[in-house]
Amino acid sequence: MAAMSERITRDDVAHVATLAKLALSDAELDEFTEQLAAVLDHAADVEALDVADVAPTAHPYPLSNVLRADELGPTLDRDEVLAQAPAVADGRFSVPAILGEEP
Amino acid sequence: MSASLAAAPPQGTAAEIARSVRAGERSAREVLDAHLAGVEATEGEVHAFNLVLADEARAAADALDVRIAAGEDPGPLAGVPVALKDNLCTRGIPTTCSSKILAGWRPPYDATVVQLLAGAGAVTIGKTNLDEFAMGSSTENSAFGPTRNPHDPTRVPGGSSGGSAAAVAAGFAPISLGSDTGGSIRQPAALCGVVGLKPTYGLVSRYGLIAFASSLDQIGPFATTVADAALVLDVIAGHDPHDSTSIPEPVPSYSATLDRGVEGLRIGLITELMGEGIAPDVAARVREAAAALEAAGATVGEASVPAARLGLSAYYLIAPAEASSNLARYDGVRYGLRVDAPTTGEMMTATRTAGFGAEVKRRIMLGTYALSAGYYDAYYGKALKVRTLIIRDFAAAYEHFDLLLSPTSPTTAFALGDKTADPLSMYLNDVCTIPTNLSGDAAISVPFGTGDDGLPVGVQLLAPALGEVAMLRAAAVVEAAAPRNAEVRA
Repeated sequence: MAAMSERITRDDVAHVATLAKLALSDAELDEFTEQLAAVLDHAADVEALDVADVAPTAHPYPLSNVLRADELGPTLDRDEVLAQAPAVADGRFSVPAILGEEP
Repeated sequence: MSASLAAAPPQGTAAEIARSVRAGERSAREVLDAHLAGVEATEGEVHAFNLVLADEARAAADALDVRIAAGEDPGPLAGVPVALKDNLCTRGIPTTCSSKILAGWRPPYDATVVQLLAGAGAVTIGKTNLDEFAMGSSTENSAFGPTRNPHDPTRVPGGSSGGSAAAVAAGFAPISLGSDTGGSIRQPAALCGVVGLKPTYGLVSRYGLIAFASSLDQIGPFATTVADAALVLDVIAGHDPHDSTSIPEPVPSYSATLDRGVEGLRIGLITELMGEGIAPDVAARVREAAAALEAAGATVGEASVPAARLGLSAYYLIAPAEASSNLARYDGVRYGLRVDAPTTGEMMTATRTAGFGAEVKRRIMLGTYALSAGYYDAYYGKALKVRTLIIRDFAAAYEHFDLLLSPTSPTTAFALGDKTADPLSMYLNDVCTIPTNLSGDAAISVPFGTGDDGLPVGVQLLAPALGEVAMLRAAAVVEAAAPRNAEVRA
């Protein structure tokens, strides 16, 4: 399993968790490090390919610049949407303090 | 081995139900009640549903019967009960993706497919269980507990659309809808012994399908017959201005040409998906299906899609990358769960940590890593290029063949708990289905006999983009040649 531990470290996993806004326990960090390493090991077949001359495909069907006619149509009802939110104030979504401000 | 809970739909196929309801021979209500009785009897053991909509369905069926009595024709699915995967938005009705993070959420709009089914006279009987956010191959990643395979409740139904597959296999509804990102319709269809169709990317609107991996996701039907799958596709296919990836082309009738056979069609057996890792009994059924197609007038040969074997690695970089982006929206601000904390950043982390299950966290982490600085070119960038290789290899194969053939799943249904500790072993299940999602093409799984364990085997027919017409014709031939249902463990 030595090769696997080189693939992704526990610190890498902890960093990625921060980026993804997930708090992981020590046990989860260990488990995810091992499991992600196994998946990345499997992906070694892709990593090893020489595909320098191959163009990437982000999307299977060649559609571009999809525009609709500039016509009025129904939209979601604001009250119905806000009724599903955890917290609202003055017809808007409400959140706790941002950037250290007092709420 | 446990007693089978598999059952034929109590009122026949969707086509039979719609015909007789439109003719006034049966009421939509009596059709519905017969299905609800089946749900009542065995749903406790199967757990196909997150939510059974008995009252809503009765009201909808009664309303249909009033319209029919008044001389109206509700449409080609008149009175047909349909089960919907619980990642399809239903206005005012809880839609959870089998995740705690969406528990209690009631969407403010219907998915386009939900509107189309209702417009054709179908009656929604319930929302079906899935792997959380459609991430999984066994439906064991649901926050609400696993679905069981009706053919053997100790086995998984496959996934992620395991609830929709099990609902049809248990006779709870003659048709259902699922979504297929890496095989999530076809693999559970194979494991549950029903038909499952993944249409060409863009043929069916994704508006209102809660996104997992947007360049791969596609909605499609489960049914007990190829004809019913074609009937549902007739209703749900077509351009939708609400989905900018929807193909702006007219759509043919798939039902109309279903019985034209395979005379003259060239069909290729994908050699890369017939060897290592494929159970011998499954491979044997696929060869028998190939022989049946040949006997019906098709030319069958060996096809090579060399990059198909790279699909798994590419998929497990691309799909998590897209998922990590799509699932960033679950932040406790606009809908679903919020775990309170002093600041917005802490609230978001607390909410996501409490709301997502382990597999969803794993995929978000994998995708975030594959997209992160220093690794983007090595992983995500390379995977996108492999996607090009797969598209090229399929295109080369389709110069010689009209359709391709392979197993749907490497094995029959495995036992609950078998693969949950080792995510990679679970991912390997998707090796035969993933290449189609990466290429954006169409594919269908058709039941064809059983494995040595008596459990259903599915064979997969693949077609180039918008090749559904020929694919369904061949699927009907395979279905007609399949060992009879009575021989499947029941």
